Amino acid sequence: MSMDIDTVSLQQRVNTAATILCYNCGAPIDGTQAAGALCSDCLKLTVDITDGIEREGVLHMCRDCDRWLSPPSQYVSAAPESRELLALCLRKLKGLNKSRIIDASFIWTEPHSRRIKLKVTVQQEAFEGTVLQQTFEVEYVQQYRQCPDCQKSYTHNTWRAVVQVRQKVPHKRTFLFLEQHILKQGAHKDTINIKEVQNGIDFYFAARNHAEKFVDFLNSVAPCKAKKSQELISMDTHTSMKSYKFTFSVELVPVCKDDLVALPIKLAKSIGNIAPLVICYRIGTAVNLLDPNTLQVADLSTPIFWRTPFAPLADVQQLVEFVVMDIEPIGPERGRFLLAEATVVRASDLGNNDTTYYVRTHLGNILHPGDSAMGYHLSGTQFNNEAFDAIQDSKQYAGMLPDVVLVKKHYAGRKKNKTRNWKLKRMGREESDMKPRKQDQDRDELDYEQFLQDLEADPELRAGMNLYKNEQQRQADAMSEMDTDGGDDEGLHIPMDQLIDEMGDMGMEDHESEEEDDDDEE
Amino acid sequence: MAVRAAFENSNEVGVFATLTNSYALVSVGASENFYSVFEAELQDVIPICHTTIAGTRIIGRLTAGNRKGLLVPTSTTDQELQHLRNSIPDEVKIQRIEERLSALGNVICANDHVALVHPDLERETEEIIADVLGVEVFRQTIADNVLTGSYMALSNQGGIVHPKTSIQDQDELSSLLQVPLVAGSVNRGSPVVGAGMVVNDWMAVTGLDTTATELSVVESVFKLGEGMGPSAINTTNKDTMVESFY
Repeated sequence: MSMDIDTVSLQQRVNTAATILCYNCGAPIDGTQAAGALCSDCLKLTVDITDGIEREGVLHMCRDCDRWLSPPSQYVSAAPESRELLALCLRKLKGLNKSRIIDASFIWTEPHSRRIKLKVTVQQEAFEGTVLQQTFEVEYVQQYRQCPDCQKSYTHNTWRAVVQVRQKVPHKRTFLFLEQHILKQGAHKDTINIKEVQNGIDFYFAARNHAEKFVDFLNSVAPCKAKKSQELISMDTHTSMKSYKFTFSVELVPVCKDDLVALPIKLAKSIGNIAPLVICYRIGTAVNLLDPNTLQVADLSTPIFWRTPFAPLADVQQLVEFVVMDIEPIGPERGRFLLAEATVVRASDLGNNDTTYYVRTHLGNILHPGDSAMGYHLSGTQFNNEAFDAIQDSKQYAGMLPDVVLVKKHYAGRKKNKTRNWKLKRMGREESDMKPRKQDQDRDELDYEQFLQDLEADPELRAGMNLYKNEQQRQADAMSEMDTDGGDDEGLHIPMDQLIDEMGDMGMEDHESEEEDDDDEE
Repeated sequence: MAVRAAFENSNEVGVFATLTNSYALVSVGASENFYSVFEAELQDVIPICHTTIAGTRIIGRLTAGNRKGLLVPTSTTDQELQHLRNSIPDEVKIQRIEERLSALGNVICANDHVALVHPDLERETEEIIADVLGVEVFRQTIADNVLTGSYMALSNQGGIVHPKTSIQDQDELSSLLQVPLVAGSVNRGSPVVGAGMVVNDWMAVTGLDTTATELSVVESVFKLGEGMGPSAINTTNKDTMVESFY
């Protein structure tokens, strides 16, 4: 390597009267200013301040994640010829601590050469009062070393803790809901693997405290109970070091939003003397129940639920469509609910018979004559449920059982597979070993579609999630200028200002089209 | 005549020897070549005395002397003093000085007429110096260094001072001493010229590392060798200088 000596004696010569001869070359110089009776030219030749500084070095990088090893054990990402990389290189250079770094820059090298060249300028005191400045080159060889994170990702069974989240219901809506919460809060950042299994999801972690943090997170967003167990992997009798694998079994309450619940009568009395036949209108950290006949609400907290766990009487899959013939608001308003009396007909009965049902419903605000609504048809259903039997047998409640319980409005006019102007992010996860069956896939898609519709219908549900703008759909809309597709969907529209711009791979083209869109809107 | 020598791989000739116009002291050691250098020049001219001072070999730094006298520190043993008395000429006075600054060679720089001494030297010592050496005594510093004996080499012909001495200081010292002075170095740039060489009126011994340039400065200022003026460096000596430099 060629060393480019560029020495500058930084002292200003004020008085140039020569008093001594340079001992090396005999040149007359000013002894009071000179460094150790040596002229500046000889000083350049004889003194090398970069003597103790290494001219070669080795940089380690992980070729999988393109990060550089910052000794002792940290891996940092740094772009080529970046400040971070320069700092890393200079930190690697031994012997620099004695001298002051004036300047350092990269010399361009072919990336495939796996060499990084640095030009460094240093200053150092050579003799008392004489400071020398010198420039030299350092060459680094780039070597590969897999970082621990990548090692871990390529090795099986490295997890230390697993959180098994389960809900024993025949659909996946709760998990879709949970997924969005996890994504919004970034709770899945520490996971090393996410695996979908029957009735739930497994989250794998590298450390126990990560898993515990995740369990705490679940406790704060969903009603669940957690059980911890541990398995001894190895033990060193000399040092008493033990290593365990931890399993957290988290079971979610099997009651979901819009489920019909038959409470045990004793429990119903204890949580506010609510009527035992209620619908679940919301799931928070507790189960929120609503009596559609009186708009009375009650919270069923998680510990109380697990004292006497019960299954819901009927879930969303058993909903049937009704058509509202007439509706008349009668009672009090509570939040978005308004008590009303409605006359409904089963949609399948229309044209067949004249059976009508007279029901009380909490949906007085959104139902109008002619609308469709989804509800549970109690009179035509045989339930196999102890609590429901108890209600039927009781003197107090047997007479109050309604024929129909309406749960939500049904947007019948909505086109299937109509693309939305928003979308959700999904969590990357590993499917179970078995390939999913065709009907399972269909069911999953149906669940997801149902979940999206619920989101559109319920602003409260959207609150804890991030919804992103669907750029493709917006472009399509802008080009075709198509507007309304029926007033039927009005309740399903999500305002644009609630959506978030998707960050990430937005190219030049996307930007341009986005600007055009903005113009159109104005 | 200026010659190079080393005492047991050390260039500091002035530490291990004292040279005056009437005697020379060299320290006892394994360095036979060192004596040979002195003997080759001084045999049959002045006595050369092998000695120690206070049991040490750094006699050049502990003693100060000129043609008329020799000063030794209080730590000198009686035996050593007797040996010195026997070795050097009778007309040279020898005096043991009770002085806190016992490295007399470092604090006193004298030729046969003048002595420059450390400013903190005691009054009695100053009087003894004047009496024994027969000189005028001046308290002086050289380039802000108090150790006059270390940073100055002096003979009756001239003197060499610390390389950082300014022109004004050189003029002032030279008017006190009445001899030409020059700033310079010995032993490849060492500023301790007093400890790096010894000199009298006809010879100088410097360290083995001394470069040709330094040696020529020494020869010219002490007027050693024939026809040596301060201007000879650039004329008659130029060839030898250039040759040894390459």
